[in-house]
Amino acid sequence: MKQQVLTFILNGEEVAVLVTPTETLLDVLRERLQITGPKRGCDDGECGACTVLLDGEPVRSCLTLALTVEGRTVTTVEGLMVKGELDRLQKAFYERGAFQCGFCTPGMLMVAKSLLAKNPNPSRDEIRSYMAGNLCRCGSYEEIIEAIQAVAAGEY
Amino acid sequence: MTQYVGQAMPRYDGIGQVTGTTKYVDDIVLPGMLYAKCLRSPVHKGIIRHLDLSAAERTPGVVGVLTAQDVPGQNIYGASGDQPVFNPDHIRYKGERIAAVVAVDEDTCMEALEKVKLEIEEQEPVFDMFEAMKPGAPIVRPGTTHNLHEYMPGMTTRVIKLGDVEQGFAEADLIIEGRYQTTQQDHAPIEPHVSVAYLDPANRLVIHTVSQCLYFHLSQLVRVFGLPMSQIRYIGGTIGGGFGGKNDIHADHVAGLAALKFRKPVKYRETRREDLRYSGKRGVFVMEYKTGVKKDGRLVANHIKEYHDTGAYGGFSAYATEKCGMFASGPYWIPNILVEAKTIYTNKVVSISMRGFAIINGQSTMEIQMGKIAEALGMDPWELRFINAWRDGDMGASRYIVRGAGALEAMKKAAELAGVQLPAHLMAMSSRRR
Ligand code: FES
Ligand code: FES
Repeated sequence: MKQQVLTFILNGEEVAVLVTPTETLLDVLRERLQITGPKRGCDDGECGACTVLLDGEPVRSCLTLALTVEGRTVTTVEGLMVKGELDRLQKAFYERGAFQCGFCTPGMLMVAKSLLAKNPNPSRDEIRSYMAGNLCRCGSYEEIIEAIQAVAAGEY
Repeated sequence: MTQYVGQAMPRYDGIGQVTGTTKYVDDIVLPGMLYAKCLRSPVHKGIIRHLDLSAAERTPGVVGVLTAQDVPGQNIYGASGDQPVFNPDHIRYKGERIAAVVAVDEDTCMEALEKVKLEIEEQEPVFDMFEAMKPGAPIVRPGTTHNLHEYMPGMTTRVIKLGDVEQGFAEADLIIEGRYQTTQQDHAPIEPHVSVAYLDPANRLVIHTVSQCLYFHLSQLVRVFGLPMSQIRYIGGTIGGGFGGKNDIHADHVAGLAALKFRKPVKYRETRREDLRYSGKRGVFVMEYKTGVKKDGRLVANHIKEYHDTGAYGGFSAYATEKCGMFASGPYWIPNILVEAKTIYTNKVVSISMRGFAIINGQSTMEIQMGKIAEALGMDPWELRFINAWRDGDMGASRYIVRGAGALEAMKKAAELAGVQLPAHLMAMSSRRR
């Protein structure tokens, strides 16, 4: 299949990469750029493990055709740290053990990031409904909610 | 060390998880890495009459194919040592692997798989354990005459016995019967099954695995590859959830065989769909109870008939059947217990381990039975459980002496959390004495 050049901003830096029209953003991130934070859980839009921010909005990178991000801004879990400092959400997830296997964590963090950007003080129900598309098979939901609440409360 | 007890400690590897730097197996991408995809049986049961992979092999980008003939060691794996890596003849379940295509990418593998010519003479399958036990039922294992696991030659029922149930029933005021079934269940970890294999400069086979039990699997892989253990570097430890599902080999055999044959790094991974459809599941259990009880609530006899569906191959099922039977009378002192347990083959995917492996099947059904008994006695279900709960020194079905019993204390705590006020005579009970 014919390859095309795709240019976009990835975690603050411009990247250019050859892709085919059928590749998803998740394929390009993981297989071509080796940005493996976003996980391939289902490749089908069901689990949320592949979630990244596209111009600040959470999207499932497994359902996003790579060529549609031309010129746009993509942030993955790798882009959350600022100057070597953990993001407040990362700190809270880490210290509060908001994961077991950690496979869902990169997706969870990105959705939580977008939630707090829109609603700095979400209620428990608002957190639950905003995060509803992200599955954690290990069942760390309680700790995830608490970690987000702790960040909202200024504990981190 | 004790200063950590009761403290919330951050995970030693937690920074990797929150920064996305932890390397899971599918995160490994190696230069020149090839990919494999498997040809799976489209039918539940049948005999392979013709397999032609030549057109698949000629597809541009395909490096080669693998069949049973490419297994340098023995073409068997699984906890019971009865599953072929690639089935060469008698198909036992839908989705069973027949061959693999290895190519530069997965799209090419898929394209090549569509060109495979496969003819299978379809046979009538059997899916229900009780159908499978009837005379004249389709035979799941070729070369056998019935579908029951033999614990020893000719022994198809595993018996666990304590006391004398007939005597117990004679003493009982009431006999309560119940039949319960637990369902098949998938583990569904968010990380699908995946393996990466390659030869290192010393010609050792390196495999990055999602295995939950490296040494079990290493001993199976040694046999498949025909290599001494010292020639395999089996690297695990980071998995995206397992729940018992990764106690079975799902990908390492295929990736390893491909790396050995083509001498290139190979990644083999299952899609979510393949995992859900074809990987092992928690098996179906049917439990038939006949329980004798005194009017005052004391359990005196429990006769259990247990049926465990192992699917198309043995897996750990014979062991699981025993384990379920041992614990299927719950944490209760019953002086007379008889368990008659069978493990039955059907044309379903293989039954494998899953959380609380087999124990929770028998324990949950016993709890339903306890509810039924309480109702029949007109007794509060808490009271029935308190009266019978194990005390230290009681004996379990397989004649183990109970030590450190805690069911009573756990129930008291559960009542407190649920806001249930238990009567004083129950609160006064202790697991230390009857
Ligand atoms: S991998 Fe994209 S939603 Fe599951
Ligand atoms: S921590 Fe394992 S899936 Fe969420």
